[in-house]
Amino acid sequence: MKFTLSWLKDHLETDASLDDILYALTDIGLEVEEVINPADTLSEFTLGYVKSAEKHPDADRLRVCQVETDAGMQQIICGAPNAREGITVVVCKPGMYIPGLDITIKVGKIRGVESHGMMASEKELELSDEHDGIIELPSGKVGDKFIDWLAANDPTKVDPVIDIAITPNRPDALGIRGIARDLAARGLGTLLPTKTAQVDGTFECPINVTIDEDTRTDGCEVFMGRLIKGVKNGPSPEWLQHRLRAIGLRPISALVDVTNFFTYDVNRPLHVFDADKVSGDLRVHRAKGGETLMGLDDKEYSFDAGMVVISDDKAIESIGGIMGGLATGCTETTTNVFLEAAIWDTIRTAKTGRALKINSDARYRNERGIDPAFNAQAIELATQMILDLCGGEASNVVTAGEVPDVSRAYQLDTDRVQSLVGMEIAPTTQRATLTALGFELDANDMASVPSWRPDVQGSADLVEEVARMASLTKLEGKPMARAQVGVPRAILTPMQQRENMARRTIAALGYNECVTYSFIDQASAKLFGGGTDATMLDNPISSEMSHMRPDLLPGLLQAAARNQARGFMDMALFEVGPAFHGGEPGEQHLLATGILIGHTGPKDVHGERRSVDLYDAKADAEAVLSAVGAPARVQILREAAECWHPGRSGVICLGPKKVMAVFGEIHPKVLTAMDVKGPAVGFTVFVEQPPFPRNKTATRPALALRDLQAVERDFAFVVDADVEALTLVNAATGADKTLIESVRVFDEFIGDSLGVGKKSLAISVRLQPIDATLTEKDIEAVSDKIIAKVAGATGGELRG
Amino acid sequence: MDALRQKYIDAIANVADESTLEDLRVAAVGKKGEVSLKMRELGKMTPEERQVAGPKLNALKDELNSALSAKKAALADAALDERLRSEWLDVTLPSRSRGQGTIHPVSQVTEEVSAIFADMGFTVAEGPQIENDWYNFDALNIPPHHPARQEFDTFYMNRAEGDDRPPHVLRTHTSPVQIREMEKTGAPIRVIAPGRVYRSDYDQTHTPMFHQIEGMAIGKDISMANLKWVLEEFFAAFFEIDGIKTRFRASHFPFTEPSAEVDIQCSWVDGQLRIGEGDDWMEVLGSGMMHPKVLQAGGVDPDKWQGFAFGMGIDRIAMLKYGIPDLRAFFDSDLRWLRHYGFSALDMPTLHGGLSK
Repeated sequence: MKFTLSWLKDHLETDASLDDILYALTDIGLEVEEVINPADTLSEFTLGYVKSAEKHPDADRLRVCQVETDAGMQQIICGAPNAREGITVVVCKPGMYIPGLDITIKVGKIRGVESHGMMASEKELELSDEHDGIIELPSGKVGDKFIDWLAANDPTKVDPVIDIAITPNRPDALGIRGIARDLAARGLGTLLPTKTAQVDGTFECPINVTIDEDTRTDGCEVFMGRLIKGVKNGPSPEWLQHRLRAIGLRPISALVDVTNFFTYDVNRPLHVFDADKVSGDLRVHRAKGGETLMGLDDKEYSFDAGMVVISDDKAIESIGGIMGGLATGCTETTTNVFLEAAIWDTIRTAKTGRALKINSDARYRNERGIDPAFNAQAIELATQMILDLCGGEASNVVTAGEVPDVSRAYQLDTDRVQSLVGMEIAPTTQRATLTALGFELDANDMASVPSWRPDVQGSADLVEEVARMASLTKLEGKPMARAQVGVPRAILTPMQQRENMARRTIAALGYNECVTYSFIDQASAKLFGGGTDATMLDNPISSEMSHMRPDLLPGLLQAAARNQARGFMDMALFEVGPAFHGGEPGEQHLLATGILIGHTGPKDVHGERRSVDLYDAKADAEAVLSAVGAPARVQILREAAECWHPGRSGVICLGPKKVMAVFGEIHPKVLTAMDVKGPAVGFTVFVEQPPFPRNKTATRPALALRDLQAVERDFAFVVDADVEALTLVNAATGADKTLIESVRVFDEFIGDSLGVGKKSLAISVRLQPIDATLTEKDIEAVSDKIIAKVAGATGGELRG
Repeated sequence: MDALRQKYIDAIANVADESTLEDLRVAAVGKKGEVSLKMRELGKMTPEERQVAGPKLNALKDELNSALSAKKAALADAALDERLRSEWLDVTLPSRSRGQGTIHPVSQVTEEVSAIFADMGFTVAEGPQIENDWYNFDALNIPPHHPARQEFDTFYMNRAEGDDRPPHVLRTHTSPVQIREMEKTGAPIRVIAPGRVYRSDYDQTHTPMFHQIEGMAIGKDISMANLKWVLEEFFAAFFEIDGIKTRFRASHFPFTEPSAEVDIQCSWVDGQLRIGEGDDWMEVLGSGMMHPKVLQAGGVDPDKWQGFAFGMGIDRIAMLKYGIPDLRAFFDSDLRWLRHYGFSALDMPTLHGGLSK
């Protein structure tokens, strides 16, 4: 919302400085976004008097002028045709910045003659486009500041333009009068009385207006209008054009400019029809659907059923509260004008405006709420202004519908206000503030809400009005004691602790944490079991971000591809975050996913560089599970999803239904589809899956240390190539549950010597005696049991 | 006997390797060595002679033994020195590489913020990111078709045909967690809620996903002055600048009344933003006293309880604190960026150890 200081002063009598006004605006919630103050760039320039002007000895068009200035007599060379003896000019001395030229003036020689500054044109000072000659002032003394002269003689030229942000609750502040009222309530001056007008019609309005019954509610509450005949439309007067231009509007014609003036002056959008182009009467009604209208912006709009429009006897001529039609718009030749002021339903206006994608000043205001009590007076004031600017004769006013009664009152609880704000604000001050804002308080502090404040809907809104006027900038912070006395307790839930632990463990394993978007493209989502309609966005920002991610892998693989495109081939990336298995609230689950791409590290002198493989990913998955306290005894099943290499992936689980992690090589087809150069392995820990210990206690179980020395025995078994090591280990472990402490695979060998389809697995079994040292016989007995168990479970034989 | 001594002492001194030394030991003090043979002769001597020769021979044997072991040690040292000399390696060769992992600034700053608010008695809550429109809007006093709703640039989820419920949204702010937490625990309550939020906006300074942290405190007499103190304390702790100035400006949010936007003191020096100095202001959050309708929506009686709420951008305060220029880069996963702006795995922010190192 833009306005100028002088326009503000139409409504506010004030001696406050611009800075004070700007400070107050921001403080009371009308945040200043930009101020353009011409005085800022013109403050240094002073007036001078041209004492003499001689022709330059070496240039016909240049004059050598002797100019009286506040720094004494100065010689200035000037090429302007009007540079001559006896005129008062604006002097720019050496060292001053000329905004219109973007240079700083220096003492210089022009064709051999020294020049100590310049005399400025309006264009050079960015006052206008005028550049035919230098500024000649009809008055003013040598040494006077130019801005002071302008302020006294041509104030619009130094009128600061203020742009403020208006929050959606304040339609009243979309009119300059509303801003003035706020400033007056803050104590920055006096709100001037409202202008009033009363134009009695001299004839019956020939255009009648009706509102359809079904359009009264949620459509148009009241519509007032009148004909003004015999007007002479044309450019509006300079003062009005200047005002509109200053706030960024293009003057069009007197009739249109009047409506724009009311829009910004008092937040009262109006519309003017060229009455000669209207056939018969006007009817406010709902569109049937499918009708069209060419709008004032030269675009054709097609209506949906229910939109509120204004038709004459022939066709739709205007979109209620949003935009008029081109066919009945006013032009330079309009002589009979029909003026409209109506109260439109805010929600209907917003819906229609949104559907038709029209962002007009009228829509912006009508969807926020117009003061209904001002409707009748607005017609009179606008009529008066049209008569003043364009002449003509006004009919009586026709009215359809009724002005809605918006009167309501809420209790002001002055104690509650102080309790909520935490500031001492005297009850009398509170009442004075509300009164200044237009509220009327009765003896019991029931505050009647002014008709221009649709946002005030309860007592809480009164608190806000008092608080913002009292100044939140001035509010002093008050310590808030902890809810419990003493040392603060841990506040993270076990799951939150687990998430942090998983994250920091993975980073400690050498992975770089990424945060990728929660939405990805459908093709990528489909590779990971997603891309369903349930997880689809209705209005994605692009096709690259159309579906909620089913997994963290696609985002990480895309990140890997981007990094590879930048020349980084090896990397370890991870993310901890939600994936989405449905489109309902809560259909998300927490994952910790890492990927390893390329090699274990750069080429090195130690010869340790190798391609990453699934055992790297498995180790990291196990490390994360261990860090988050997952049970150590797990099953490993081959049931990983389709995005994994079918033979080189597995899930770590507590039974088939309790999957805690998945690891493996990424499926080559996925890598190709996502443009990642492999090898690529990865893991995902389903963070929420590992069970928490049943009894949470800091106490550890007692440490059982055996005094007797442990014994290790190695066995090598020849088994079928598809026998899994874990099967063999589990069989061996089960051979003697008391003596066998651990079983570890330390070698896998595949070779022709073993026979086709065979392999050898070597295990190391650690036996921990409990009561007595083991004899060779004891060990022999256990060994036999191990061999028998392994044979039973895998068909394996001890390797000869 | 002196000649014998001199002979072996000299010989030991001149030995250059361990095997020669061993030969010498055998020749001198071995079972059949010269000294041993002399000792055997003691038996043939008279007791008087024996008394003189015996101790002398023992002394000679001891002396030779210690000379032998000293020489042996010296030879071993020399041999070790020789071996070590040959084991020279180029220590300037690169070490074995070990991947350096990093924590993303969003995670780090979330933990920093949590640490500060935990100390003030706030717990951490979370909520679903796909929300129904009641929690995201209506419960927060943003009725359908209210202009405020349009300002959020909401992402809507697809609705299956025949499902007439209003479409779910990607939460546009963390505020719905206010309602969910009030429903869960009632008043009094102090909670923060960090997490991802979504708005359909993508340009120089906006990304369609970003992170917010919500704060809420409800009690019998919690006021806006308390809110101001909490936020002042927070900014001083977070930016690690004592006395950092904040400015409360009246504003409007549908879910708070009164509402304030909060700026922190800053300056621009050579295009670089500096927090906590100068005369400029940087807007960092929105806040206010919870609207009675919001309390009601969460099942809390606004006649008995009152409280404040605030919301700020995690990415934004991370950018301000750590001088990260571009929001979009947060989500690009450029390795160079992750390594440069990331944090060490063990760099856990705590209040007693400091938030940033």
